[in-house]
Amino acid sequence: MNVYEKYLRKNKFPLIWCAGCGHGIVLKAILRAIDRIGLEKDKVVVVSGIGCSSRAPGYLDFNTLHTTHGRAIAFATGVKIAKPELTVIIITGDGDATAIGGNHYIHAARRNIDLSVIIFNNNIYGMTGGQVSPTTPHGKKASTAPYGSTEHSFNISGLAEAAGASFVARGTAYDAIQLDRMIEKAIRNKGFSVVEAISPCPTAFGRRNRIGNPVELLKWVKDNSVNVNKARQLSPEELEGKIVTGIFMNEQKPEYTEEYAELRRRVGFTG
Amino acid sequence: MMEQQAKSKIQMMSGNEACALGAIAAGLRFFAGYPITPSSEIAEELARLLPRIGGSFIQMEDEIASMGAVIGASLAGKKAMTATSGPGFSLKQENIGYAAMAEVPCVIVNVMRGGPSTGLPTLPSQSDVMQARWGTHGDHPIVAVVPNSVRETFDLTVHAFNLAEKFRTPVVILMDEIIGHINEKVSLPEVTEVQVIDRERPNVPIDQFLPYQFTDSLIPPMASFGEGFRFHVTGLCHDETGFPTNNSKEIVKLLTRLNQKLEFHRDEIIQVESNYLEDAQIGIFAYGSASRSAKRAVFLARERGIPVGMLRPRVLWPFPDQEVLALAEQVSHIIVPELNLGQIAQQVEWAGRFKAEVIRVNRIDGEPIRPEDILEQIVAIYQPGN
Repeated sequence: MNVYEKYLRKNKFPLIWCAGCGHGIVLKAILRAIDRIGLEKDKVVVVSGIGCSSRAPGYLDFNTLHTTHGRAIAFATGVKIAKPELTVIIITGDGDATAIGGNHYIHAARRNIDLSVIIFNNNIYGMTGGQVSPTTPHGKKASTAPYGSTEHSFNISGLAEAAGASFVARGTAYDAIQLDRMIEKAIRNKGFSVVEAISPCPTAFGRRNRIGNPVELLKWVKDNSVNVNKARQLSPEELEGKIVTGIFMNEQKPEYTEEYAELRRRVGFTG
Repeated sequence: MMEQQAKSKIQMMSGNEACALGAIAAGLRFFAGYPITPSSEIAEELARLLPRIGGSFIQMEDEIASMGAVIGASLAGKKAMTATSGPGFSLKQENIGYAAMAEVPCVIVNVMRGGPSTGLPTLPSQSDVMQARWGTHGDHPIVAVVPNSVRETFDLTVHAFNLAEKFRTPVVILMDEIIGHINEKVSLPEVTEVQVIDRERPNVPIDQFLPYQFTDSLIPPMASFGEGFRFHVTGLCHDETGFPTNNSKEIVKLLTRLNQKLEFHRDEIIQVESNYLEDAQIGIFAYGSASRSAKRAVFLARERGIPVGMLRPRVLWPFPDQEVLALAEQVSHIIVPELNLGQIAQQVEWAGRFKAEVIRVNRIDGEPIRPEDILEQIVAIYQPGN
């Protein structure tokens, strides 16, 4: 049995994801990370919202929770506080996490609660047919931006960093090896961890923007990725349209459930 | 500390405080909420009490997150509750529907205030009662209790948790601002005297476990995350395995079981109280704070020799349709006083099949209904022309 088979609900295949979707690559990176850490399946909870990436938990042999759109982090907060010994991993998308789910994203980061959020960022709302997302680049086409988006994307990893997350990183489906190393660090971190994984959508995003087939799409990601150390030496103009990858934040900070446990002791609970 | 507070001694307390204590007596160990008048005291009390008994309190960033966290905590095995008022109740509806669909036990308190919208933040109403039944989309059942006193708030909060656990359903506690903020003399039972029901756990080996098994009781036994069952929970239509399905037969099976689940057990759920109904020719159907005024009106009318009685639900949803029908067959008129424009009066008309004439006594300005306003209607019915 290969490492993936150990963690997959194979009887739920075939996947709903399109051929050429980046999500399968990111999902395997998560499983490699879990395997390397050696997590016990019974003690892992995978929580998702709504969208293509949010269908992932159904295929995984853990405690799985498929919630409402944008609310995975809120549900996961309840799970983690109720049973802090569980490892809680969130699989979400760019729209799920930063549009409808933005408020929960910000405040979980602020609390630095021990959750690992893997954002499958495909810059589009794929499941519902290709509508524009908060991370659709300016000028790119989507079904609700038929003339090209007049809005701009934003740094969703930077948002978590600013709000207080203790581990923040961005990787891509192109560099899958770097991705699973980041995800492993994220899960090991005792605090709010974000790994934004650029995971191209050839069907909804690629086709409409005539970027070509999945291979060309991944090549585009590779050609436009810049490591954070190199990016520091580039000008804003040179960085325009580039995907900055790497680990942006990795610090030990007080974690929410530990602080609350300390509060319980302080007010006299001895159990 | 907890034992002291629930000891059989007389205390003065508010409905909100009694709700918090009832929840703890019932086994609440996780509260997530957001401040909103007139419910905030429930959160404040639990912020103080829960950590001392090893529980958890969190003020979430919004009402929707609070409801989500409550569901997550329940799935991880903790009894969980949130509290709000009208605007927050509206925000929570999507996730309440999720709890109904995924059959997650949880309790939602709505201390009702004037609406619609921002309405009357500090004044009472009963105008969310129909929303409690149908606020979330889709065919779904729900349970709602309506206490009319501080002591009853304690008892019905315990009952709400027991119903949530037994029937794997969200349960709404519908207080109004009067009941939430009124201070009354109470003597609460010892925590050890309170009867607590826990969710039925699976009694099959892990490899035979079906999280949404079709059982004779229509209620699937429930496992918690982390116990080894590794099950899937989703708001999508699902089969007994918990995984999504588009299969016509499975969809009908699920939604039918879900919507029959409470009706099948209605005799265990419905609770009504009868006052002076044995010989009544005129009936009153009243709930919550309005029933306090109605009780006084019945007393005043009886003093005058008018044969009037009151039927009072303690559980509003499922609606006590059989009991209302029996009343409608007995009396000529049913007066329904409520702090809204007649949401339950309409329900009484339907349930009573129009066999009795329903008279509305409505008050929507944030003031309590006066016993005199109800008495006036009783007298007008009994002695028309006076």
